[in-house]
Amino acid sequence: MIPVNYYLTLSVVLFSMGALGVLIRRNSLVVFMSIELMLNAGNLAFVTFAKMHAANLAAVHNGQIFVFFVMTVAAAEVAVGLALIVLIFRKKQSIDLDQLTHLKG
Amino acid sequence: MENTQLFFNFVPWIVFFPVLGLLLNLTIGKKLSENGIGAIAVLASASAFVVAVLQAYSLSIHPEGASILVAEWIHVGDLAIDWTFRVDTLSVTMMLVVSGVGTLIHIYAIGYMHEDVRFHNDEGRFKRFFVFLNLFIAMMMVLVSGDSYMMLFVGWEGVGLCSFLLIGFWYDFDTLGRPSFANSNAAKKAFITNRIGDFGFLLAAFMMFWQFKSTNFDNVFAVVANAEPWVILWITIFILVGVAGKSAQIPLYIWLPDAMAGPTPVSALIHAATMVTAGVYLVTRSAPIFMLSHDAQYIVATVGALTAIFAATIAVGQYDIKKVLAYSTISQLGFMVAAVGMGAFAAGMFHLITHAFFKALLFLSAGSVILGMERGHHHLAHHGHHGGKHDEEVFDPGDMRNMGGLRKQMPVTFWLYMVGTVALAGLFPFAGFWSKDEILADAFLEFPHVYWILTGAAFLTAFYMGRQVWMVFFGKPRHEVAAHAEESPLIMTAPLMVLAALSVFGGALNLPGVHTLTVWLEHTIDIHPGEFNMQVALISTALALFAIFLSWLLYMRKPLTTGQPDPLKRILGFAFTGMENKWFVDEAYKFVFIDRYTDLAKFFAQTVDWDFWHEWFHNSVIAAGFVGLTKFLANPIDLGIVDNISKILARSIQYSSENFRKVQNGFVRSYALSVMLGVVAIIGYLLIK
Repeated sequence: MIPVNYYLTLSVVLFSMGALGVLIRRNSLVVFMSIELMLNAGNLAFVTFAKMHAANLAAVHNGQIFVFFVMTVAAAEVAVGLALIVLIFRKKQSIDLDQLTHLKG
Repeated sequence: MENTQLFFNFVPWIVFFPVLGLLLNLTIGKKLSENGIGAIAVLASASAFVVAVLQAYSLSIHPEGASILVAEWIHVGDLAIDWTFRVDTLSVTMMLVVSGVGTLIHIYAIGYMHEDVRFHNDEGRFKRFFVFLNLFIAMMMVLVSGDSYMMLFVGWEGVGLCSFLLIGFWYDFDTLGRPSFANSNAAKKAFITNRIGDFGFLLAAFMMFWQFKSTNFDNVFAVVANAEPWVILWITIFILVGVAGKSAQIPLYIWLPDAMAGPTPVSALIHAATMVTAGVYLVTRSAPIFMLSHDAQYIVATVGALTAIFAATIAVGQYDIKKVLAYSTISQLGFMVAAVGMGAFAAGMFHLITHAFFKALLFLSAGSVILGMERGHHHLAHHGHHGGKHDEEVFDPGDMRNMGGLRKQMPVTFWLYMVGTVALAGLFPFAGFWSKDEILADAFLEFPHVYWILTGAAFLTAFYMGRQVWMVFFGKPRHEVAAHAEESPLIMTAPLMVLAALSVFGGALNLPGVHTLTVWLEHTIDIHPGEFNMQVALISTALALFAIFLSWLLYMRKPLTTGQPDPLKRILGFAFTGMENKWFVDEAYKFVFIDRYTDLAKFFAQTVDWDFWHEWFHNSVIAAGFVGLTKFLANPIDLGIVDNISKILARSIQYSSENFRKVQNGFVRSYALSVMLGVVAIIGYLLIK
């Protein structure tokens, strides 16, 4: 059986790749995808821990149920986020994040 | 000794009558004429005289006397001072003299003040003069009737005040009627000199209270015999200081000649007849104390004798008619003080009474002479003898060098003056002869050196009086004014006639062998009639006659002419210069006391107050210290600390805001990075914890 550490390491790597993508990339679609990557790294950690605590039924369920919640939220987020990106593109003819500095005031 | 028999109860009116008179004049005096004001004042004084006579009558029947309590005054601890009238033969003698002579002088003053050269129909002044005179009578009565040293002191200060007010009566003119502060300065001199004497009096009273727990005469005299000698000596010495101030003895006599700046009735009443004899009365009253200390008697008698001869020498060299009489008064006061000092209290009181008669007479006559001269001056000025000349040349009506030959112009005054002169010179059978010889006879037995000094003074007395009479009334007028002098009116000469009669017959009060006055005073003081000493009487009479003869040789055989220097100047030389200038005592006092005092005051004012306090302390310590403190607060504290704190605050906020501003760059990614770092930090924290 593959040890838990491997899963967790993969999860960390995925999360880090996602975080880096969010921080480094300028294309908001890519940023979006990186966010998905981070969410799925989290999901991976959840299921890993659920598997790790296989003896505790409640823990298994909690971990796996959380994954579904995360997926649902991610789907909803994508719906809203993509809609925002479309609107921003319409307005600015660009989805480059560095162009969006309105928050600076 | 509460004795209410006969008229003793009536005695407070001796003070109340004069007070009533002055209050009347103060309130309704404005509406009255001069004569009305004068009449009220004279009546007040005369009523006091009547009260005094009633007291004398009561005493002749009940010689033990009485104490009449009028009001309780000060009761603090052991101290009890009441206003009690003490009626005994001594106080009533003084009351009779003061009110009797006082009344005559009041009458005279009505005429005199009306004509005073400085009096320009000023009703207010006229009223004020009589208010002061009545106040003086009242205060003198308080003085002589008090039954304790403190009540005596009340009167003592009261008469001092009246003396001050009346010397400076013409405070805005000098004796010649020119605007000047000379008179008010003379008043100040009298008052300040008297303060020194009063200080001595107070010390004596305090010492009595300290030692005997009372200042009441009876209480003090009851226990004084048990006191230690040094206590008695110091009390008597302090009393002597008081006497020297009030009765013008060496070394405090200097105020009396200047006191002649007052109107002549004042000179007669206060500065010759009554107030200045208060010192003699005080010693007589304190007889039980003085009798205990032979040293004290020696000192007092010697001071009196020295004053008598010293003042007599000055009187010889004076030219002002009143100044001669002033120094004569000092000299005669010396006689009295010497008499009471050696225990001859009856003789001293006797001389006090006769002196009051003839010296008042002489002063008032001198006032009459001065007014006569002024009338002559007025007459000349009006008849245009001079034109405007008298305006430039100030004429002194009191200068004997301007007089001469007044015998013809003023016959009444001349005869009155002659009576006074003869009485003062001590020629038989005038009053002065009896009283002066009694003093000399006692001195001959008690203190021979005093006797010789007093005999010399008596010789000089006859001489300077002779000189004065020859210069004033005989010879030829030395000034046009003297030739036109006019006699004084009856209101002035009538009181003088009464005084002249008293000067002639006053000796009858205490004739040798009868001793009326001594027997009278025996009820109060422990004295015994002295013997009449024919040898002493003959010597003094011979000397007086010789002195008059000498003065006749010098001043009458060849009368002075206008501008001629005094013939004595050639004979005595420098000594006469000293006499003329009062032996430079005033100058010496000025140099020793006044200038040194001024120096001290200057030192305090300039060096201590100004240079030290104002300049140095104020500038260097207070001002400089304040400036230094404010500089310190301003520069290091305010600018350095307070300002820098706020600057650092401002800069740090500015700096931090500059830096924090960079964080808000609007880049979503940088915000996300912050979020991630925050999350990492929190997780790190949770892990490490």
